[in-house]
Amino acid sequence: MPQLDAKGRHTVAFTLNGRETTVEVETRTLLTDALRHGLGATGTHVGCEHGVCGACTVSIDGVPARACLTLAVGVEGCAVRTVEGLAPEPGRLGVLQAAFRRRHALQCGFCTAGILMSLDAYLVLRPNPSRREITEVIGGHLCRCTGYAPIIEAALEAAAELRGDIPAPSSPEAAHA
Amino acid sequence: MGIVSSSYVGRSVERVEDAALLSGLGRYIDDLGTRPGTLHAAILRSPHAHADILGIDVQVAKALPGVTAVVTGRDLDAVTTGLVPALRAAVDARAIAVDRVRYVGEPVAIVVARDRYLAEDGCDLIEVQYRVRPAVVDPLSALAPDSEILHEGVGANCVSDRRFRYGDPEAAFADSPHSLSVTVRYPRNTGSPMETYGVVASYDPTDDSYDVLANFQGPFSIHAVVARALKVPGNRLRLRTPPDSGGSFGVKQGVAPYAVLIAATARLVGQPVKWIEDRLEHLSASVSATNRVTTLRAAFDADGRVTALDWDQVEDCGAYLRAPEPATLYRMHGNLTGAYAIRNVAVRNRVVLTNKTPTGLVRGFGGPQVYYPLERLMQRIALTLGLDPFAVIRRNLIPADAFPYRTATGALYDSGDYQRALDEAARDGGLDELKRRRDAARAEGRLYGIGLTAAVEPSVSNMGYITTVLTAEERAKAGPKNGAQSTATITLDPVGSVTVQVASVPQGQGHRTVLAQVVADVLGLPMEQVRVTADLDTAKDAWSIASGNYASRFAAAVAGVAHLAATRLRDRLARIAAAQLNLRPEDLLFAGGRIASRLNPDAGLPFARVAATSHWSPGLVPEDLGAVIRETVFWTPPELTAPDAEDHINSSLCHGFIFDICGLEIDRVTGKIIIDRYVSMHDCGRILHPGMVEGQVRGGFAQALGAAVFEELSYGDDGAFLSGTFADYLLPTATEVPDLRILHVESPSPFTPLGAKGVGEGNCMSTPVCLANAVADALGLEAIDLPLTPAKLAALAAGGEERAPPAGHSAPKPATKAGDRTLRGEGSATVTAPPETVWAMLLDPDVLASVIPGSHGVRKLSGTRFQADVTLGVGPVKGRYKAEVTLSDLDEPRAVTLTGTVTGGLGSGGGTGRLTLEPDGAGGTRIAYVYEAAVGGKVAAVGGRLLDGAARVIIGGFFTALARRAGGSGERRLRLPAALRRLLARLGVSA
Repeated sequence: MPQLDAKGRHTVAFTLNGRETTVEVETRTLLTDALRHGLGATGTHVGCEHGVCGACTVSIDGVPARACLTLAVGVEGCAVRTVEGLAPEPGRLGVLQAAFRRRHALQCGFCTAGILMSLDAYLVLRPNPSRREITEVIGGHLCRCTGYAPIIEAALEAAAELRGDIPAPSSPEAAHA
Repeated sequence: MGIVSSSYVGRSVERVEDAALLSGLGRYIDDLGTRPGTLHAAILRSPHAHADILGIDVQVAKALPGVTAVVTGRDLDAVTTGLVPALRAAVDARAIAVDRVRYVGEPVAIVVARDRYLAEDGCDLIEVQYRVRPAVVDPLSALAPDSEILHEGVGANCVSDRRFRYGDPEAAFADSPHSLSVTVRYPRNTGSPMETYGVVASYDPTDDSYDVLANFQGPFSIHAVVARALKVPGNRLRLRTPPDSGGSFGVKQGVAPYAVLIAATARLVGQPVKWIEDRLEHLSASVSATNRVTTLRAAFDADGRVTALDWDQVEDCGAYLRAPEPATLYRMHGNLTGAYAIRNVAVRNRVVLTNKTPTGLVRGFGGPQVYYPLERLMQRIALTLGLDPFAVIRRNLIPADAFPYRTATGALYDSGDYQRALDEAARDGGLDELKRRRDAARAEGRLYGIGLTAAVEPSVSNMGYITTVLTAEERAKAGPKNGAQSTATITLDPVGSVTVQVASVPQGQGHRTVLAQVVADVLGLPMEQVRVTADLDTAKDAWSIASGNYASRFAAAVAGVAHLAATRLRDRLARIAAAQLNLRPEDLLFAGGRIASRLNPDAGLPFARVAATSHWSPGLVPEDLGAVIRETVFWTPPELTAPDAEDHINSSLCHGFIFDICGLEIDRVTGKIIIDRYVSMHDCGRILHPGMVEGQVRGGFAQALGAAVFEELSYGDDGAFLSGTFADYLLPTATEVPDLRILHVESPSPFTPLGAKGVGEGNCMSTPVCLANAVADALGLEAIDLPLTPAKLAALAAGGEERAPPAGHSAPKPATKAGDRTLRGEGSATVTAPPETVWAMLLDPDVLASVIPGSHGVRKLSGTRFQADVTLGVGPVKGRYKAEVTLSDLDEPRAVTLTGTVTGGLGSGGGTGRLTLEPDGAGGTRIAYVYEAAVGGKVAAVGGRLLDGAARVIIGGFFTALARRAGGSGERRLRLPAALRRLLARLGVSA
């Protein structure tokens, strides 16, 4: 990585959800701010700016990362994925997203993007996770609305559907007692 | 005319909000674009709990390129006035400090710049001179006659002292064979939504009007407070809310003072200004729930039947009384007897101000502070009499045939069957099984306890309850206040599609979904054809003072008024259709998108066509109907009357019921609570959306678990704020929240249009004390206060009395008392230079400059006073400070006392050290030192856990460098522990 001038502005080139993009930032600009205010990708949220809450979690080269603890200049040449890249096409939800909706796994939705990004990466790594493992992954995020239980259910259900163990649930209320 | 039986209401349909939120397409306040030229604000805040502001030097900050302006409290004085509290008291009620700060985090100056980064740079360059005053932190100490006073205009820290008497409590106590009291210190906590506050404001000087976008949640009575503070009439304050909110739990009521600050700043700078709060600001200075000291006494008979209660509540509202406070203290006034039929009640309510963050709405609002003592007391009564707590609770419940039931203090409980709820909870929750598990665990020597809690959950607040704080005479003078207007507007557009607009300002609960369900059912439409908007614009939408998202009012009041509006619209549409179909309106049925004869379904019209009639063919509309295009309904329940002359107040419209059962075990060694089972029985009337009700219960339970076990907004004795990060203020994560068994019975409310009651706050009221009761049962305790931290429980399990945890998280030597945050240390080094040389070095600014860690130069102010600019780091928080050191008690060349203060943007500190120089017998000197220091401000809030180590590193660094300059090899002789040496090296301080 080239040495950067602390006072100057820099053009960072990377792919965002598969599309080549550039953004002009200062060296100190956080990736959250570059995504949100530089590129208008406001789906990634800022909850604490000290790496605890997980709302800002994005995927950098396939690995989940806290965008609030990442300098934007650090993603030069990387493949960055955000919540905006999860849906298969505009207006449709992916399997994990649909499971969240079915299970009422979100209320205000502010923390949700980060949780989706962590789970999306984890389910690739571990297609057959135990409840314990899913709980640990979600344990890296703070949600103040749901009490977490429906998030865990949604993640397990999505994992099963992604593995092909269960068909895509059709009834919107099937999930709820 | 009829409606089809509901096809959506009562079902857990998927939420209409979710697709956007799951796709990153939510529109929260920081996601919305701003006008070109919008500037960004950062707020400089007080590092002190209590101090006079002697001066604010903004010149350097102003000169920073990119900074447009620096605005101080004095600048804002010209365009703002105070925030009126609910209680007239001579308190300084500004949203920003002018000449005095009264809590850590109080705004002192606002830097406005091209971007947020530059605005924060500007904050670092402002120099504020403070003169620190003693801080008042404890509410009972604040009452003492010799206490430091926060607001001299009041003359005392107690701003309200009211006594109430219902029935004949004195006689009941005199006649009673038993009485018992509990004293509870309820701590501070907060809802801590994941999204922080935000405000975007502009000012139009041509008509003296403000446009403010804020993620404010209501109540919109506060609109009047904000308009007044900005010195404009209400119609010149256009307050708008964003379409989505990242949670609130009451807390976003507290954005109001910032709406004033940012709007007034926009006026001063002549450009729109945007401010988004950061997490440290939020935790330290948004709002907190009140902490309260309560002594509750009960008179009871041999069966445990309670005949009288005597409440003494001391409510701590922090540094300023902000509207609607002291509402936390009065929200539950009608409910002071909980779920019990107790007719005699005495109450003393005092409100005190202390040097802490002003309080405001937090989920549960006043409930946890009341139920904690009340339900602790019920358990204590049972134990005292050797009775089963379940039996004692059940015996005291309001009889099922007594509803609607008027409580002693004036609430009108709408409906319920508490005995049935209790019995079903015990049966389906397996209370007997838990008792067997407890027996088995105890037989093995394990610490297992069971807690029970009965609570009445009030919802839909009477806007007049807060006036109970006034005397009857004061109320008569001010005019009666009462009611709770809710409103909904339904609009038909030219193609007959339906839009619903409400002033409920949802904070993530899913209001738009439920309203679509309700209206679709009434109009016989598919839900997708009803679109709901819930972002509010006070300039264009229908609203009133009770509008907003609080007091669990949505299901009962807002969904109810939407039902009323839809019904009224339907009845008018029926008349249009009837005229065209030649049928009677009452014979029409709205179903499947059609309006048709219930006898002959072929005789009908598409809904859309009838709905569009008033747009396209007003001539077809019966003349007396007018335009059937838009229907706005306001509804206020008649039951919500003003307090009467005897201070009876029906503080809320609906009263749900909760009965919680908890079985838990405490790890004897770690003190960790392992919840074996938690059962929560709810009666919230008619359930409109089971999935959302479950979400509210689970979410409330998780927050209550946090409040009970992990979370506390903690303060040191000096008022320093100590929990400014999520590593200090611990929210429960998925790994801490146990499974929850939720049960329901349904007693529909006769007072609400849909029979629904609120459900969102109940567990925040019942769960903390239920857990505490279980812990008390497990450990055999009489008294236990929150939070139930592992450290506290481990000490109790070990047989000790409840010991307050050392503040500042881990003092090397245990603090002598709670809240004492003094850092103490000592050390020594041997150097080759003789004492005289070392002495001379200590008085030489050049030497000092080279040995003070992070020094950028030392100035000698006098023979014994030095000033230094230093950069110090505590963990990740590195900042520049001004240090002043004074030498005293000089005993040349043997000993000297150094007294120092350090001040900077990140905090401040002060300390004293005694340095002694002794000849070591070999021509060198043995330098020994002892010190005491205390640190406050941002550093204390975010770095409490690191502070002691960091102070050691810095102080150790000074002596190491001094020793090196004096010819010593400090590395060997300083005898620093290896771990500390490694830490020093990591921090760049060579040891």
